[in-house]
Amino acid sequence: MSLRTPLSKVLGRGSAGDGVGHWWMQRVTAVALLPLTAWFVISLLRSPLQSYDAMRGWLGQPWVAVLCMLLVFTLAWHSKLGVQVVVEDYVHGKGAKTTLLLLSTFIHIFAAVTGIVAILRIALS
Amino acid sequence: MDQRPLSPHLGVYKFAYTMSLSILHRITGCAAAVGFLLFVWWLTALASGPDSYARAMQCLSSPLAKLLLVGFAFSFVYHFCNGIRHLVWDTGRGLERAQARRSGAVVIVAAVLLTALVVWLGCQAMGFSHPGPL
Repeated sequence: MSLRTPLSKVLGRGSAGDGVGHWWMQRVTAVALLPLTAWFVISLLRSPLQSYDAMRGWLGQPWVAVLCMLLVFTLAWHSKLGVQVVVEDYVHGKGAKTTLLLLSTFIHIFAAVTGIVAILRIALS
Repeated sequence: MDQRPLSPHLGVYKFAYTMSLSILHRITGCAAAVGFLLFVWWLTALASGPDSYARAMQCLSSPLAKLLLVGFAFSFVYHFCNGIRHLVWDTGRGLERAQARRSGAVVIVAAVLLTALVVWLGCQAMGFSHPGPL
């Protein structure tokens, strides 16, 4: 016997209400991050990192800025989903769990906006 | 409500080395989350002018920072390689035990080699003649 309504079975969204949304977006962001992170790491490793002018010049190029903003946005999203799973799996107290999940969400959004604003300041200067 | 049945947990399984790869994926993922904050801090320093950038690069040149950077390099590279392994599993391939063990070994070897490469190239990009204390 099931207490689930026929509608809830058809929608298949489970108790959290978003079905496989979390799982799926973790995969989508993972696939996006493969080329983005590979491009970024290879670019950085070929740059004179100590040179402020060279790094400003590099990040000031429009397409580099666009890709870097996509990188920051996608990293924040993927990281937020991942940290959420870890907290949900290992933190059991309801209060502690809720607090950590809220904190993680806020920190990720704060970091994403801060990173994007930094790139915009460089690209538009 | 307190006595609900539990599904079999970690303790009932015989240890297999693929388990440590699995938990390492989570650990390196958490480390990479911290690395993401470091990346944003670096971007902010670069956006704030030559002095703040010089200070940031100075911070990153301390022995402790170098050690942490090597850790972040390994975390990122391992999570990247093992992430590909997970994505392949998501397509339903490579799930047999022998296959999973083999792909795990490939990931470990690839992660160690790529970390060495990243650290070596990173030292050159940072202008270090050698990795300092390492």
